[in-house]
Amino acid sequence: MVDEVTKKTLSNIPLLKTKASPRDGEQWRQRLKEELQALIQYVKNNKEADNDWFRLESNQEGTRWWGKAWTIQDMLRYEFDIEFDIPVTYPMSAPEIAIPDLDGKTAKMYRGGKICMTDHFQPLWARNVPRFGIAHALALGLGPWLAVEIPDLIARGIVVHKEKTASTTTADGSSSTK
Amino acid sequence: MVSRPRIEKMSAEVVDSNPYSRLMALQRMGIVQDYERIRQFSVMIVGVGGVGSVAAEMLTRCGIGKLLLYDYDKVELANMNRLFYQPHQAGLTKVEAAAETLKFINPDVIIEPYNMNITKIDSFPLFMDKIRTGNKDNSGPVDLVLSCVDNFGARMTINTACNELDQTWMESGVSENAVSGHIQLIVPGRSACFACAPPLIMASNVDESTLKREGVCAASLPTTMGIVAGFLVQNTLKYLLKFGRVSNYLGYNALDDHFLLLALKPNEDCDDSYCRKRQLEQQSNPTVVEENPQPTQTEVTHESNEWGIELVSDSVDVPNENTVDRSHIELASSSSGTVSLDQVKYQYVPKAKCNPQIDTSDNETSAASTARDEDLSIEDLMAQMKRM
Repeated sequence: MVDEVTKKTLSNIPLLKTKASPRDGEQWRQRLKEELQALIQYVKNNKEADNDWFRLESNQEGTRWWGKAWTIQDMLRYEFDIEFDIPVTYPMSAPEIAIPDLDGKTAKMYRGGKICMTDHFQPLWARNVPRFGIAHALALGLGPWLAVEIPDLIARGIVVHKEKTASTTTADGSSSTK
Repeated sequence: MVSRPRIEKMSAEVVDSNPYSRLMALQRMGIVQDYERIRQFSVMIVGVGGVGSVAAEMLTRCGIGKLLLYDYDKVELANMNRLFYQPHQAGLTKVEAAAETLKFINPDVIIEPYNMNITKIDSFPLFMDKIRTGNKDNSGPVDLVLSCVDNFGARMTINTACNELDQTWMESGVSENAVSGHIQLIVPGRSACFACAPPLIMASNVDESTLKREGVCAASLPTTMGIVAGFLVQNTLKYLLKFGRVSNYLGYNALDDHFLLLALKPNEDCDDSYCRKRQLEQQSNPTVVEENPQPTQTEVTHESNEWGIELVSDSVDVPNENTVDRSHIELASSSSGTVSLDQVKYQYVPKAKCNPQIDTSDNETSAASTARDEDLSIEDLMAQMKRM
C-alpha cells in the first residue's frame, strides 16, 4: 500500500468536512475555504520539513488551478508548470493533475500531460471522500509521481536542466524538455 | 468519395442495392416486430475511442435515427491497434473524424459531434441539456446514453447527469490488461448506479501485480474492445426494439472465455442523493418490467457428434479479497456449469467495509487549526497562498 513517509505526510494534512462540488453554490465556498486551509497547512508542513516543492493558485471560483512543482536532482532544481480543473463530480472524483510540458514524454501519462496515478490512488481516494482534498491529491499523486518519473526522464536525457542547454540559459533553475 | 443518396423509407426488398434488406429480415423472421422504429431513436455515445467508435459504427449501419458523439481527444497513430479510425485521420478530433466516416457509411443517420470534456464545470450544463433535449426532433430526452469512457471521473459525471435527469444509460468498460470487459444497464432507482458500490471487474486468473507493468498505463486489444462494443450495441438494440432479454450486467473474461450475467440492485445508502431519490420514487410508484416477447423458434437437432464436441465447465478458482456484497447482487447465469460470485469482484474494498487506510490519529491538531481559521474569507486565504 502507501509507504510510511506518504502516510505520515497525509496524516499531517487537515481533513476536509464539506462534501460539495463547484455546482453546489454556498456549500462549494465552504469546501473551497477548507481546501485553501489544508493547502496552506500542507505548504507550511513542507517548509518546516525543508521539503517545499510546489505552489498553487486558482481562479476566483476555485474551479481552475495552476502553479509550479519542482524537484531537486544532483543539486539542480527542475521546475514544471502544473494545472488541473476541479471535476463536476468532485470530491467523488479526484482532480486530474497535468504537467503539459511533459506531454508525450513518458508512458506514465495520459494525453494532455495528465499524470498516471498508481493503483493505490483511486481506492484510497474513494474510501476517504469527502475528507481528502487537493492537498491530499498532490501528496498522494503528484509528489510520488515526480519522485519516480523525473529522475528517470533526466537519466534518459528527456528532461534537461536549462543551465545545461546553452541556447536557453535562464536565471531561474527551471528545466526544458527535448 | 461520394456517399449514397438518402433513403426515405426502409424497405425489406431483397436486392443488392438495399442497405437495409438484411436488417428488415429480422421482422420477417419474427425476431423484431417493427424494425423501422429504429429510425425514431436517438442515442448519445460518450467517448468515441476503442469501444465507442465501434459502437457508433454498428448503430449507424443498423440505421439508428440520431447519434450524439462526445469526446475531447484527437486521433493518434497510437490508436491504430484498435478498430474504426484510419491513419489519415491522425490529428483530427475523434468526434469530427467519426462524424465524417459515419455520414459516409449511412447518410440517413443524423450525426451530431461534440468536442468537449464533460467533466469540466462549464461543459457539464451543455451536456445535461443535450441529454434533456437530444431526441430525434430535439423535443425531449435522448432514448439512451452509452458510456464508453476510460476513466472513473467521466463515468461518475455521466452517472450524476443520468441520475438527476432520470435517464436510462448503459456503461461499458475494458480492463487495463485488455483481456476482460463488461457492459451494464443502469436504470436510475431500479438498478445499481455507478456510485452505489465500487466498480465491478471480472476477476481474471492473473496475478494482479503483473497488470501494472513498468512504463505502461494500459494495454488494449481490438478484439476485446470489439467484443465489448458488440455486446453493448446488442443490448442497446434489444432495449430499444424490445426483443430478447436485456442484460443487466454482462461480464466477459477473455482468458477463460467466461461470461457472467448479474443483476445489480441499488444501494439505499448510495452517495448520490439523486440515486436515493429515484429509489424512493420507484418504491412509491414501481414500474412493471415486462419481458420482451420471445419468438418461437424451431429447435435444431443434431443427429451425430462427429467432432466429439462436449460442454466443459470453465469455472476458475480465483481468490477474491474484495468480495462483492451478495445482498446487492443476483446471479442471472454464467457460461460455466457452476455459477460463482468469485468470478467478479469490486475494483477496491467498499468504503463501509474497510478500516481507514491512513493513520489520522494525530490529525486533531491540524483539524483544530482549520477550525480556528474560520473567520478568514476565501479572498484572504487565496492571498495568503500567493504570499507563501
